[in-house]
Amino acid sequence: MRIRTTGLSKTYDRKNKALEDLSIDLNMNGIFSIIGRNGAGKTTFVRILSTELLPTSGKGYINDADVVEQAESVRREIAVVPQEARPLPWLTPLQTVSSYLMWRGYSYREANEKGKEALRELGLEGKEGEKSRKLSGGQKRKLMVATVISSEAPVVFLDEPTTGLDYLSRKELWQLLSKMKRDRLIILTTHYLEEAEILGDQIMILDKGKLVDIGGIEDLRSKVKLPYVLKVYSENFKISEDEVQVHPVSEKETFVYGSAAKIYGLVPYLVTNKMKFTVEEASLTSIFEQYLGNEEEEKENEEKNW
Amino acid sequence: MKRRIGSQIMASILVNSIYAMINYPVVLINTLLAPLAILAVVTFASKGALLPVAAVGALIMSMVSSGTSLQQDLSHLKNDMRLQDMIVSSPTTSLIYIIGMALSEIVYSIPTLAFLIVLNLIFVKTTITGGFIIFMDMATIFTFSISLGFFLSTFTSDIIQSWGFSGILSPLLTTIPPVYYPITYIPFPYRYLAYLSPTTYASVIAQSQTGFYDPGAEGFVVSWIVLLAVTAILTYLALKRSRWREI
Ligand SMILES: Nc1ncnc2c1ncn2[C@@H]1O[C@H](COP(=O)(O)OP(=O)(O)O)[C@@H](O)[C@H]1O
Ligand SMILES: [Mg+2]
Repeated sequence: MRIRTTGLSKTYDRKNKALEDLSIDLNMNGIFSIIGRNGAGKTTFVRILSTELLPTSGKGYINDADVVEQAESVRREIAVVPQEARPLPWLTPLQTVSSYLMWRGYSYREANEKGKEALRELGLEGKEGEKSRKLSGGQKRKLMVATVISSEAPVVFLDEPTTGLDYLSRKELWQLLSKMKRDRLIILTTHYLEEAEILGDQIMILDKGKLVDIGGIEDLRSKVKLPYVLKVYSENFKISEDEVQVHPVSEKETFVYGSAAKIYGLVPYLVTNKMKFTVEEASLTSIFEQYLGNEEEEKENEEKNW
Repeated sequence: MKRRIGSQIMASILVNSIYAMINYPVVLINTLLAPLAILAVVTFASKGALLPVAAVGALIMSMVSSGTSLQQDLSHLKNDMRLQDMIVSSPTTSLIYIIGMALSEIVYSIPTLAFLIVLNLIFVKTTITGGFIIFMDMATIFTFSISLGFFLSTFTSDIIQSWGFSGILSPLLTTIPPVYYPITYIPFPYRYLAYLSPTTYASVIAQSQTGFYDPGAEGFVVSWIVLLAVTAILTYLALKRSRWREI
C-alpha cells in the first residue's frame, strides 16, 4: 500500500495553519503511526487523506489515486474511524458492524457473518444482542475499530482510537491491531508515544502542522544526539553534564542520556564502584523530546510563573 | 468484491428506522401527533366542513415532516456520532445515502401514512385521475423536503443549530401556508405571501382535485411548474452543492 502527499497544506478560516507543506511517500504494509501533541495536525491529515476534508493546497494520494480528483476510487480502498466516533446507542454490536459493512456494499447475510466473526475476535460474543449503550468505554472503542477492520478495505485510518482508555484496554486493542495489520496499511494517530513505539512500523512526528521527521524507530533514534540512556541506581553517583544529559529521577536513581561511546565509556567506572545500572536505547518519548526540544518544560515553567 | 447498491440503501433504512423503531416503539406514533393535532383543530373549528381539505393537508405536512426529521436525524448522526465521516469515506455515495435515508423516513412514518391514507379514502372525494395527481403531488413535495433536509444537514455543525432549522421550517412550510385550509381564505394582498411557500402550490394542486379550490387550467399548470422547478433546484443543490466533503 502506498500513501503519498506533495506539499499538502490546510489552512482553516484563512488564518489557522493546521498543516504546512507536508510531503511524504511511504510504500508499506503494517502500522503507520502519526504522533504529535494536541493540535499538531494529526486529525487534519487523516481527514484529508480519507477524503473527508479538502486540502487548501497540495496533493494526497492513496495507492496512486488522488484523494480529491479520484475520491470515488479512493473510497473503495479505505475505511475510517474518526476521532470522536461512537457506536449508535440503539444498535447492538452486531448491528453496528453489519450495518457498516452493508454501507460498504456487503449483502445482509455476508455482513452478519463477518460481523459475528469480528465480535468473536473481540471477545464480545455474549454481547452480540445487547445495546451498544451498555458497553464500557473501552468496548465501544474496540467495537468501532473492529467495525472498520472487518471490512475488505486495505487502507484503514484510526484517529486516536485509544485515547482515554485504561492501560489494559489499550493493550487489548494493540493486540487486535497487530493481528489485523498483515496485508494492509493501518494509519494510526496517537499521543501515547509508547503506543507508537510498540506498534509503529513507520512513525511520523508532526508539530504545529509541520513534518518533524518520518521513519522507523531505529531511523529516528539514529538521528538524535542522545540515542542511549544509562539508568544508575545509586546514591553516590555523580557526573558532570559533558556531552550527556543528566536527569536525576530520585535520590537513588539517575538517568543519563548520551551517545553510545559516551554511555559505554561510563560502564567501567560503574562496575569498579559496584553500582547497579542498565543501558537501554532511548525510548520514543525521549527521542520525541529531543526532536521538539524542551518546549513542554518551558511552557510549564511559563505557566508556573504566571 | 461485488458491491450491492440495494444493501447500501438497506443499511440506512435499518439503522435510521427499523432498528430505532424496534428499540423505541413509542416513535411509531411520533410522526402522527403533529398532523393529527392540526387536523383536529381545523376540523372542529370549521364544524367539519374543512375535514377533507385538512386530511389532504395532513398528508402534505407528513411529507414535509419527513424532510425536517431527516435533517435532524442526519445532523445528529453527523455531528454527534461522526457517522457521516465514516460514510463519506466509504463506497456509499451521497446519492445512495440520501435515497436510503429518505426511504427510512417513509418507513418511519408508515403508521402515520397508513392512518392518513385511510382517512383520505373515507372523507376525500376525488376521481381516479385525481387520486393519481394527488399521489404525484405528494411524491414531489416529499422529494422537495428530503432534498432541503439533506442540504441543510450537511451544513450543520451541532444539533442545536439543526433544531433551529426545523423549528423555523415546519411552521413556515406547513402551519401558516394554506395547507390545512383553502387559499381563498386568505384576503388580498396577503395571499401573495402564501405563494412564497412551495407547499402552497402542492396544496393548490391537491385542493383542485378535491373540489375545494379551482385555480383554472392555467393556475393548475403554473402550480405544477413552480413546484417541479423548486424541487428540481433543491435536488440539484442537495446532490451538487451540499457539503458532503468539508472545506
Ligand atoms: N474545523 C476546524 N476549524 C478551524 N480550525 C480547526 C478545525 N479543525 C482543527 N482546527 C485547528 O487545526 C489545528 C490542528 O488540529 P487537528 O488536526 O485536530 O490536530 P490534532 O488532531 O493533532 O490534535 C488546531 O490548531 C485546531 O485548532
Ligand atoms: Mg486529533
